[in-house]
Amino acid sequence: MARGDLITGNIWEEYSQKVIDRMSNPRFLGEFSEVDAKERKAKLIVADFGSEACGDAVRLYWLVDPKTDKILDARFKSFGCGTAIASSDVMAELTIGKTVDEAMKITNLDVERALRDNPNKPAFPPQKMHCSVMAYDVIVEAASKYKGMNPKSIKNSEIVCECARVTRKEIEDIIKEHNVKTVEELQKYTDAGTYCKSCVRPGGHEERSVYLVDIIEETNKKIKQGEILSKIVTNVFDDMTLLNKIKSIEKVLKEKVSYILEADGGSVELVDVKEVEDNEVEVLIEYKGACSTCNAAVLTLYMIEETLKKELETDKIRVVQV
Amino acid sequence: MEVYLDNNSTTPMDEEVRAIYHEHEKFYGNVNSIYQKGIKTRKLLIDAYDVMYPAIGAKDEDDIIITSSTTEGNNTVIKTFLYNFLHGSEKKHITTTVAEHSSIKAPCAFVKKFGMEVTYLYTNENGRIDTQELEDSIREDTALISVLFASNESGAIQPIKEIGETAKKYGIPFHCDGAQAISKAKVNVADLGVDYFTFSAHKFHGPKGVGGLYVRNGAPFVPLIHGGNQMGGKRGGSINTAGIVAMAKAMELANKNLEKMFYEVSKLRDKLEQEILKIPDTRSYVDKKYRLPNTVIASFRGIEGEAMLWELNQVGIYAATGSSCSSERLKGSEVLEALGEDPEIAHTGIIFSLSRFTTEKEIDYVIERLPRIVRKLRDISMTYAKVKSG
Repeated sequence: MARGDLITGNIWEEYSQKVIDRMSNPRFLGEFSEVDAKERKAKLIVADFGSEACGDAVRLYWLVDPKTDKILDARFKSFGCGTAIASSDVMAELTIGKTVDEAMKITNLDVERALRDNPNKPAFPPQKMHCSVMAYDVIVEAASKYKGMNPKSIKNSEIVCECARVTRKEIEDIIKEHNVKTVEELQKYTDAGTYCKSCVRPGGHEERSVYLVDIIEETNKKIKQGEILSKIVTNVFDDMTLLNKIKSIEKVLKEKVSYILEADGGSVELVDVKEVEDNEVEVLIEYKGACSTCNAAVLTLYMIEETLKKELETDKIRVVQV
Repeated sequence: MEVYLDNNSTTPMDEEVRAIYHEHEKFYGNVNSIYQKGIKTRKLLIDAYDVMYPAIGAKDEDDIIITSSTTEGNNTVIKTFLYNFLHGSEKKHITTTVAEHSSIKAPCAFVKKFGMEVTYLYTNENGRIDTQELEDSIREDTALISVLFASNESGAIQPIKEIGETAKKYGIPFHCDGAQAISKAKVNVADLGVDYFTFSAHKFHGPKGVGGLYVRNGAPFVPLIHGGNQMGGKRGGSINTAGIVAMAKAMELANKNLEKMFYEVSKLRDKLEQEILKIPDTRSYVDKKYRLPNTVIASFRGIEGEAMLWELNQVGIYAATGSSCSSERLKGSEVLEALGEDPEIAHTGIIFSLSRFTTEKEIDYVIERLPRIVRKLRDISMTYAKVKSG
């Protein structure tokens, strides 16, 4: 909270002049028909995105030159608020003259930036970005129609930040590479979460399925688990987890010790394994059968300890009889 | 031309009220001071109360505590039961409705954090709750029933009198948020059977920053604002003399103009509504017999609400949207959906609320402009074209 938050902002006051101009007098409002397409020897593409139920929807019309893939002209229609109209208008304009592949690189942030009066001041308040700027999505719809592809195959990666179009993988890679622990650190390397901030953490303007704070936490957890995992697969006994130490000890007892004792009518049972000081492991065993009354039990104990040390390549084992 | 049709959110001050307000700003004497200046102020307040008590049908043994707003009054009532609960009362349940203003919903959400429980009753296609459902929601530990008089958005009026009878039957205190009542309905707290009733002067052509909280004699009460012995110790803070005197005047004028509201303003409202319905693919909501006489709530298929507000604003017409984009949370469209409308239409709602100062000329101006704006916006609209062709 601060002085600036005490008086509720007015969203209309935060619209740039360009937004106001475009919403009142859109330049590329309209539609194309097959007749228009034929006249200009172009392919007509009509694509929709959004729905009335969500409160915003847009339809994009393209005339594309099939020889060069160039978008010769564009028009739009829209169900939505003023910013939806203004951003659709600029979006249509930005695609004209580009190839379909080039057009697909246009992000919502590009549209918003094109509507700024002052390069450092957003064209409209952040909460408007998601409800009304559908540029990228409708362009992808149109492009996939042109290419005869499934739009989902184009949008295959999970986008976390819709404004700057940053994928989850890109974010995870940054976290791993730079050992990122906070959103502030993350934003040194990416634009993710810098505009409308909805994707930073829950409670923003728009509800998201995944947030940057979660990705940072999950990725760090994974990194940590990865460390543990590498410990499990290690074959250096001293670096193993207790569970794996126990498993290894059991294995040696079964394979290298039991048959010797069995020959004398006895056996040994593992009672417990404790980690004591200095990473040393105390192995508690109990003799069964003939061994329990054998005079050579101490020697046997020594034999077991030496076998374990030899097999597990460690000197950090002490065998104790219960 | 400027046409202000958002009177359910706030109203312009009546010129007569404004004159009285300004005139009384010079009475700076503190009512608690014993010298002459205080005595003069005291007299003014007594006169104001002489107007306000009969204006809402309060009895002398009841309180009308002056507050800053309906919001303050609503908070005072809800939190009275929170304090009681925190002091060991078994009563921890509040029954209210989904149609409430945030000044009820937010304190209800607040008291839940302390372990109280809240039931929100749903409304029907006329925006009204079912009194049987209300009765069914009552529990052994119900501390309070709180139902608004009417919605600022849908204009739907709740069956307050019936609710009052139910509350009485079970001996449960009943609070009514009356922000939309005064000037649009005859208010008599005894007839309505309410224990608490809140209002704000700015909703009936009085000044902002002053309102009232009626508390029936004997109803539980804990102050929200502790301070001096103003309002009998029930609400601290220096008395807003000019505001109170102006509010009393505004109340008097509101009651005096009730006939005008019922017969003239409602007729203008009907005219506007009829003309809206002449535009293809429009609808209005809430049966008139259950609706505030000054309110039209309508949908315009294919036109998103904020886009409509913008175009209306461009020609000097100020209305409200019950839908999404203008609100921070973007959750909107809830009003029309609550009235049973399809999600596709829910974002196209516009609310026009008139006042006794709305003229026929103004309504004619709106009627003249509206179809043009609708045509322009439907031209932009892809979905309207789809509706027509589909």
